Amino acid sequence: MNAEIRPMRTPAEQGLSGELKNLPLTGDARVRALREAAAQAFNDNGLPHRRVEEWKYTDLRTLMREALPISSPAQSAQVEAHARLLIDTGARRLVVANGALVPELSDLADLEPGLSIAPLGTALAAGGDLVARLGTLEPGRYDAALALNTALAADGVVIAVAAGAVIERPVHVAHVFSGKAAASFARNLVVLGEGAGLTYAESFEGPEGVAYQVNSATEFVVADEASLDVVRMQEDGASALHLSTLLFEVGKGVKLNAFGFASGAAVARTSLYARLDGADSAVAFNGAILLKDRQHADSTLFVDHRTTGCESRELFKHVLDDSSRGVFQGKIVVRQPAQKTDGRMMSRALLLGDDAEMDNKPELEIFADDVACGHGATCGAIDDDLLFYLRARGIPLKEAQSLLVQAFVGEAIETVANDELRDALVARAEAWLKARA
Amino acid sequence: MAMLDIDNLHAKIEGEDGKEILKGLSLKVNPGEVHAIMGPNGSGKSTLSYILAGKEDYEVTEGSVTLDGEDLLEMAIDERAAKGVFLAFQYPIEVPGVATMTFLRSALNAQRKKRGEEEISTPDFLRLVKDKAAGLGISQDMLKRGVNVGFSGGEKKRAEILQMAVLEPKIAILDETDSGLDIDALKIVSEGVNALRSPERGMIVITHYQRLLNHIVPDFVHVMHKGRIVRSGGKELALELEANGYAEYQQDAA
Ligand SMILES: Nc1ncnc2c1ncn2[C@@H]1O[C@H](COP(=O)(O)OP(=O)(O)OP(=O)(O)O)[C@@H](O)[C@H]1O
Ligand SMILES: [Mg+2]
Repeated sequence: MNAEIRPMRTPAEQGLSGELKNLPLTGDARVRALREAAAQAFNDNGLPHRRVEEWKYTDLRTLMREALPISSPAQSAQVEAHARLLIDTGARRLVVANGALVPELSDLADLEPGLSIAPLGTALAAGGDLVARLGTLEPGRYDAALALNTALAADGVVIAVAAGAVIERPVHVAHVFSGKAAASFARNLVVLGEGAGLTYAESFEGPEGVAYQVNSATEFVVADEASLDVVRMQEDGASALHLSTLLFEVGKGVKLNAFGFASGAAVARTSLYARLDGADSAVAFNGAILLKDRQHADSTLFVDHRTTGCESRELFKHVLDDSSRGVFQGKIVVRQPAQKTDGRMMSRALLLGDDAEMDNKPELEIFADDVACGHGATCGAIDDDLLFYLRARGIPLKEAQSLLVQAFVGEAIETVANDELRDALVARAEAWLKARA
Repeated sequence: MAMLDIDNLHAKIEGEDGKEILKGLSLKVNPGEVHAIMGPNGSGKSTLSYILAGKEDYEVTEGSVTLDGEDLLEMAIDERAAKGVFLAFQYPIEVPGVATMTFLRSALNAQRKKRGEEEISTPDFLRLVKDKAAGLGISQDMLKRGVNVGFSGGEKKRAEILQMAVLEPKIAILDETDSGLDIDALKIVSEGVNALRSPERGMIVITHYQRLLNHIVPDFVHVMHKGRIVRSGGKELALELEANGYAEYQQDAA
């Protein structure tokens, strides 16, 4: 650790430290200790800046100008009107507004056998084995966004699927922000028992033109032989700051397929930490990110292969218009015992705008000798020959670009297994392109 | 006035010291006529076809091209297509992720829209493509795939002819559509092309082999050399070229 003298605290850091003086009271002694430790870590380390390796391209210290007061509960009529994402997918929808589950807008009836859902606040108050898992997934390094979330999130959703239960209908946690600019924190916990199956979707949305802040963290505990699909859609308002953290603990023989779509927020950062503890699991983390104007989105992944025979796949597609900026940092670590690891990471970016920028930083750290790992990154404009071919058949320029961009992101979206969710993602990408044309 | 009138066309590769490729090429195509262009490798045949279609890598320095009296060179690429220009590419490219059906439909409707016509209905479109594809031996599976993706060389050429059949252009330029075709495919493709011959449609058929012209019998044969048409004649000219090659023209140029 560098014995660097901490620079002056920014107004945002000071404001956040102020908020951290009043930690939520729910939870047992362990949870309170977690909150206090996280608050202390934030007070010691503050917001990350560009000299912090993992935040090199997303200088949160500069980008986050002020700390906002923590949001008050939203009015459910407003929330209902604003919650638009993934509504026609047939998923069981749970609405989390300004960080708190809204029971009257959530479909909590007739839960399938083996499925349990509870608001985090209630679960923490009740205690028990399930919430004992909360906060046990550690990134292994200081992560400011996660620390703030651990310290300040009072609610969210706890979802558990009992061993052997395969839940066909996707569960969708719709995060909605409404009201005046404020900061909202939500924490979710998803626990799959042995051989369980679940499709978990989460979406984020809120008003345009309101500079609100969203900080979400979801922990996924996936037991042996379980199967988990994750589909995310980040469509926060164009002035919002979106921070989210996804943590996965993966047992053996697991099938995990996670996909993230994003075209929202002024500044977004998604950190994903996956720890592969069990042998012979297959995991995929894919994404499609479409940005315009001066939007900035950072996807940072850390996949930790700790044991033998696992397969990991990452495919990220960025489409960058105007002077937007995409960041992909992907790190695959293959520890010495993780022989026969098969890891492939690919990041591709399409630059539509002359001033758009993509920063790619793929990394492999391999300590085992019998592995097949690789990574690649490409970045460029739409192929002129392809454009010419389409135009020579009569398709106007913008439409030709749209078709090619759809095809480009389609390769990633196709990895989503659920038909309705996949269709919703395709439609969202189409709408983005239409708005551009 | 000819339907397509290329007059003293000079063109070079885009850029400061781009080399001149077309050096005063003139050609008139009337409705209903089929013109074959033959000529050695590198003489500028594909360049001519690209310039007609509107590819931006070239710069016209002199001369003119009109289609029905309108300045073709002023038109955007897609506008030319809507006016009826169709180029069957020498090397059709693969467009991964864009299904052939989507592509054809977008193209047809875009052209119709530009001409102020109504969009084609889904059932009409499906029927149209199915009929034309069957005649060209193109399977439904191929239509579902990305444009040309994983197609063999011969399949790509057939797919180009399918596109032409669906889009029904006014002037079709076929750039070496016969290369890479086996004997049966050559017959199928030629029949496909012949089916599209009509009193309203002009065609320019670029080829290296007289054999194609047994199937698609041209009204005129032109020899292109170093960026110009150096000789024109009837279909017997192709036989002569087959027998003697281009030696005569190489000497002329030397
Ligand atoms: N974009 C380009 N950049 C550089 N040179 C080019 C370009 N396009 C064509 N040329 C050159 O122009 C000349 C004519 O090429 P063109 O492809 O038109 O020939 P062609 O008559 O079609 O030949 P072939 O019978 O081999 O298909 C060649 O020397 C070629 O290398
Ligand atoms: Mg050629």
